[in-house]
Amino acid sequence: LSRIGDELYLEPSESGLSLRAVNSSRSAFASFLFAPLFFQLFEPGSAGPDTELFRCKVHMKSFLGIFRSLPSLEKSVGKCLILLKPRASRLVLQLHCKYGVTKTHNLAFQECERLQAVFDTQRCTSRLCAPARVLAEAVVHFPLTLAEVTLGTGPGGKISLRNYVEEEAEPSKTMVTELWLAEDEFQSVAVAPGSHITFCLKEFRGLLSFAEASNLPLTIHFDEPGRPAIFTLDDTVLEVHLVLATLSDLESNSQSPSTNGVSHLPAPSDDFPDDLESYMVAMETSEGGLEGPPSPTFPLRTPRPAEREPEEEEEEEEEEGAVPGTPPHKKFCSLFFGSVMTPGRPGPATSQEVLAEDSDGE
Amino acid sequence: MRFRAKIVDLACLNHFSRIINTIAKLAKTCILRLTVCKLYFILSDKVANGGASMWCELSQGNFFDEFQMEGVAAEHNEIYLELVPENLSRALKTAQNAKAVKIKLTNKHCPCLSVAVELPSLSSSSRIVTHDIPVGVIPRRMWNDFREPSVPDFDVSIYLPALKTMKSVVERMKNLSNFIVIEANLSGEMNLKIETDLVSVTTHFKDLGNPPWASEDGCQSSAQGRDLGSMAEACIDIKKLQQLLAGQQVNPTKALCNIVRKRIVHFILLHEEVSLQYFIPAVA
Repeated sequence: LSRIGDELYLEPSESGLSLRAVNSSRSAFASFLFAPLFFQLFEPGSAGPDTELFRCKVHMKSFLGIFRSLPSLEKSVGKCLILLKPRASRLVLQLHCKYGVTKTHNLAFQECERLQAVFDTQRCTSRLCAPARVLAEAVVHFPLTLAEVTLGTGPGGKISLRNYVEEEAEPSKTMVTELWLAEDEFQSVAVAPGSHITFCLKEFRGLLSFAEASNLPLTIHFDEPGRPAIFTLDDTVLEVHLVLATLSDLESNSQSPSTNGVSHLPAPSDDFPDDLESYMVAMETSEGGLEGPPSPTFPLRTPRPAEREPEEEEEEEEEEGAVPGTPPHKKFCSLFFGSVMTPGRPGPATSQEVLAEDSDGE
Repeated sequence: MRFRAKIVDLACLNHFSRIINTIAKLAKTCILRLTVCKLYFILSDKVANGGASMWCELSQGNFFDEFQMEGVAAEHNEIYLELVPENLSRALKTAQNAKAVKIKLTNKHCPCLSVAVELPSLSSSSRIVTHDIPVGVIPRRMWNDFREPSVPDFDVSIYLPALKTMKSVVERMKNLSNFIVIEANLSGEMNLKIETDLVSVTTHFKDLGNPPWASEDGCQSSAQGRDLGSMAEACIDIKKLQQLLAGQQVNPTKALCNIVRKRIVHFILLHEEVSLQYFIPAVA
């Protein structure tokens, strides 16, 4: 959760304690719901007919600071008590440790609205489920600094992960890494052919390391580019949701998924077009027009010779059609956060684009 | 112009990766020259590189199980590519337990070196990771810029001390000064010196040994009459030296340097299957 936001939202309810976070650009939201059974004792408090159960948010760093060293915590702490004291304006965390030592932390909190991203996994057209290990092994091929990754489907049911290259980056200078996973590496695959989404890797990696540590399979629900992707982990006492905004793809609306009989992403094949003759010809003949020796940096993209080989049609087109010049993060449509303070009131400012309508009921 | 190569043996792959890692530490961009028998990583002594230059040579047969190359023309059966070695290093980094690694010259959106790594998986088919590394094709008329540098007419040639020791000395000196003086004589003695307003530090090495170089007319170049004790020194950029030492991941079979008084220091690091030469010019 700390990889997503700076504030930790605590929302107790009848179904358990929910810990949530959202990032500043509202393009990532996560919630961990611990069922009452997870706890030795769980008292959500009493909600009157007109009052809701108390909820609050605290600074992520303050909360994390209490649980700093997991190995030593495991050795010394017997019990942990979390107590919300609304009248004292304090969230109390009490660690009961060995040898009769009790450490009590009083955190200041802020009251807050309910934090809930609106999403509905049922309405996603595609779904993938894989052991966390498989996805972790897939993601390791991408550098830690990579911001966004594109998940796609290819022929033969293969699933691909590819680093997303921003519009502003020069294609002739950017390395492209692509990984293909076979369908049988997944526990289940139910995807629309030719579908793809692009999302931020950072928050996904965070969830992935949690999933790996807990040995839980991860399910990815996604839909069209632009609609949020939902990553879920399920356990008997824990329900995890990570909702990430995805890059919208204006071009794909006007194109059917398989325009020329070939999916968007080229199939993994042994036959890369590896004949550079046509490229070399273009370079040599342009010699006459040059002012002086070209600098030994990457040559400018030469105009394509007329005789393109048919395989080159498989090159993928640019997938992003967002507004040029906008910084990458802003290209992601913000998630829609319903205002749930007073039911019946219309949603927040109309300037925000609705990506996911209210699911029926709450 | 075609190039395809394949590595299947893990030990060869690891060795090749280590070499690429070393190159990546020395040069942000360099030239890869491919011939039928060898691969060369070349950095020419342009101002952009701070005047340092590099020549690294390896025999493809020691690494690749398959290696096919067709140069630009029959009588010039070579390929010169400009690339960022860090990209290649990254591509190979997660291939440590690969079943096979194939490298091909391709022309996707631009000329690329495509590295396809076949990884084992629990499923029926392997996982394939492809990395398309953009490269620049160097036209034939510029090949002369990248010829092998000749061994300079040096004043002293000496074997280097243990690289690990040298590296830790240089790293500490780097915190104190931007330049380091290397001096050595023909009696196997070498000093590394730094001098600033506040402090000067010298580390002395002895009994290093001087490599025998046969000169062109057949006699030993450690000519009689030459003062064996006199030091030849050159002051060089300490960062360049540190990069060279830090990039060495395996101890070389032979490591030596040739010093041309106040002009240049020529380092030669020899391993079984690869040789690396690095030239660091002296600063005024």
